[in-house]
Amino acid sequence: MEPITIVTSTVAPMDRADVDTDQIIPKQFLKRIERSGFGEFLFFDWREEDFYLLDRPEYAGARILVAGRNFGCGSSREHAPWALQDHGFDVVIAPSFADIFRTNCTKIGMLPVILPDDDVRAIIGAALDQPGIGMTVDLGESVVVLPDGRSVEFHIEDAVRDRLLNGWDDIGLTLLQSEEIDAYENSREREGPVTTTLL
Amino acid sequence: MGTTLFRKVWDLHEVVPGGPAGPAILYIDLHLVHEVTSAQAFDGLRLAGRTVRRPDRTLATADHNVPTIHRERGIEDELSRLQVEALERNANEFGIPVFSLSSPRQGIVHVIGPELGFTQPGMTIVCGDSHTSTHGAFGALAFGIGTSEVEHVLATQTLPQAMPRTMRITFEGDLPRGVVAKDLILGAIGQMGVAGAQGHVVEYAGPAIRGLTMEGRMTVCNMSIEGGARAGMVAPDDTTFEYVEGRMAAPADFAAAVDRWRDLPSDPDAEFDREMLVDVPSLAPQVTWGTTPGMVAPITGRVPTPEQYDDPTDQEAVRRALEYMGLRGGEAMEDIAIDTVFLGSCTNGRIEDLRAAAEVVRGHSVKDGLRAMVVPGSMAVKAQAEEEGLDIVFSEAGFEWRDAGCSMCLGMNPDILQPGERSASTSNRNFEGRQGKGGRTHLVSPAMAAAAAITGHLVDVRTFDAALAGA
Repeated sequence: MEPITIVTSTVAPMDRADVDTDQIIPKQFLKRIERSGFGEFLFFDWREEDFYLLDRPEYAGARILVAGRNFGCGSSREHAPWALQDHGFDVVIAPSFADIFRTNCTKIGMLPVILPDDDVRAIIGAALDQPGIGMTVDLGESVVVLPDGRSVEFHIEDAVRDRLLNGWDDIGLTLLQSEEIDAYENSREREGPVTTTLL
Repeated sequence: MGTTLFRKVWDLHEVVPGGPAGPAILYIDLHLVHEVTSAQAFDGLRLAGRTVRRPDRTLATADHNVPTIHRERGIEDELSRLQVEALERNANEFGIPVFSLSSPRQGIVHVIGPELGFTQPGMTIVCGDSHTSTHGAFGALAFGIGTSEVEHVLATQTLPQAMPRTMRITFEGDLPRGVVAKDLILGAIGQMGVAGAQGHVVEYAGPAIRGLTMEGRMTVCNMSIEGGARAGMVAPDDTTFEYVEGRMAAPADFAAAVDRWRDLPSDPDAEFDREMLVDVPSLAPQVTWGTTPGMVAPITGRVPTPEQYDDPTDQEAVRRALEYMGLRGGEAMEDIAIDTVFLGSCTNGRIEDLRAAAEVVRGHSVKDGLRAMVVPGSMAVKAQAEEEGLDIVFSEAGFEWRDAGCSMCLGMNPDILQPGERSASTSNRNFEGRQGKGGRTHLVSPAMAAAAAITGHLVDVRTFDAALAGA
């Protein structure tokens, strides 16, 4: 995956709580077996709604999305972060994320940033009041520079940050520990059902 | 201090312990695969020149896309067909057993794992599907993952995992008449909110849980994700062991396995990061009125209005939900008319669910003009129901009797709601457009769905018979 270090860009607002992955990428687009090309279907069923602002020219090219609490809840479909990334987003900021969505983001080189509710409200407010306004997210320093110029630190696990900063392949990292996996299977693996008896 | 069920299962599967430097590497005992979230993972393996480490611990089935009628015609939607064919091809290439359209074992991935005996206490189980939490009913640690993680498990049979926090939800008191597993979990989600258990593995406890069958426990654990939980678990006991015994994949030396499994329940002095109590005797049958599973009320209650909420974010969410659902707020729940009933899904598509619904339906007819369908969770459930004559009960009452799949729970196959249509559904999500763009979903238990099909509106299953007689 592509490394993420510092992102400075326009911020686009999605001023809603509990945005579920069925909205981010509706089910009719999950039939595709490719990994790319989901961006054009992002929020497909919300495109005509008044509250949907991401298509406005002022937010064109935004790499940062800011949203309400519990963003990405529901289905585990990784198509949701694929669609956001394919649309051009590298960072999503929210007061909280659903666990699976957050993990999925970090596996594909997208950065979920958790900030306090008040700071998120301030960013959404600025993005709505001054469409096209920008901000900066610095992953190396774990700092966000808000549109009003204030710097706010955010927490991210060290291992996740290192992986995102370097664009490391997670499977490759685990395979570095193949000996430990072999050892587990040789000495500690628990008896369990064998599926291949069905073949 | 004692150890929780979750921690015991976790410790048994730590390949590399976690710490400040990074996550643990956790061994995965069973990897369930379906067509929607796996194609890109298999492509990733091929691109990197990797292979499937343990096909003998991997099992695939087609469920999300499959038609539930006229299977002899194959899958008419081209993209759906290509996706199911890709699953078959990938499974065959890597030596993974797969149940596709024509298999008598085909079914929803979370129904077939338990019914074939693959789901067992103390295991780690993952699947590219958020309702993998279902398998936690057996005292397994089971959770949903994304496609990158599917690829990770295929390649390494492990997953890097940060240690989640623990939470215990204790259901205190006995179940009132007419209140069932679906009402327990909807009531709990209503109490804690849809992100209430975020970051936590939940253990469900208390006499009401102990008294549930395995089907009921699966319904409860299934919806853990709707409360934001990473996973849900129930301590294994005799009910669990009796369910597993004799199933196809049950351990050969069953007594020895039970001896191991008896060590799994949380120790009496185990501590949880969080505790929550649910007062069971005060619960009535639950119905959702909005667009998240947390927007739920007793059938005896009314649809809320935005003004009843203090938080401005909640007020706005309720306003939008009412608008989408075509409700004003303040209506009696029982006054909401419906035009579709869906009975099925990984939440409520098991034999016990069909029996409970059939019990209500027997001797009645589906309301004129209402569309009602039963979609068994697996072809095995379908066969069992037919052996018991349940298909006759449903068909004579006017229900469509279908083949197994996810169907209208998410509408990836042709079974969808039209814009503005309103369903009583035994599934797990009432999100906007979940069952079809513009469709409106009310989540209920199987018996409540059956009663609604007969009366044509949401109705209290405890009193609907009398209401019908008086009408």
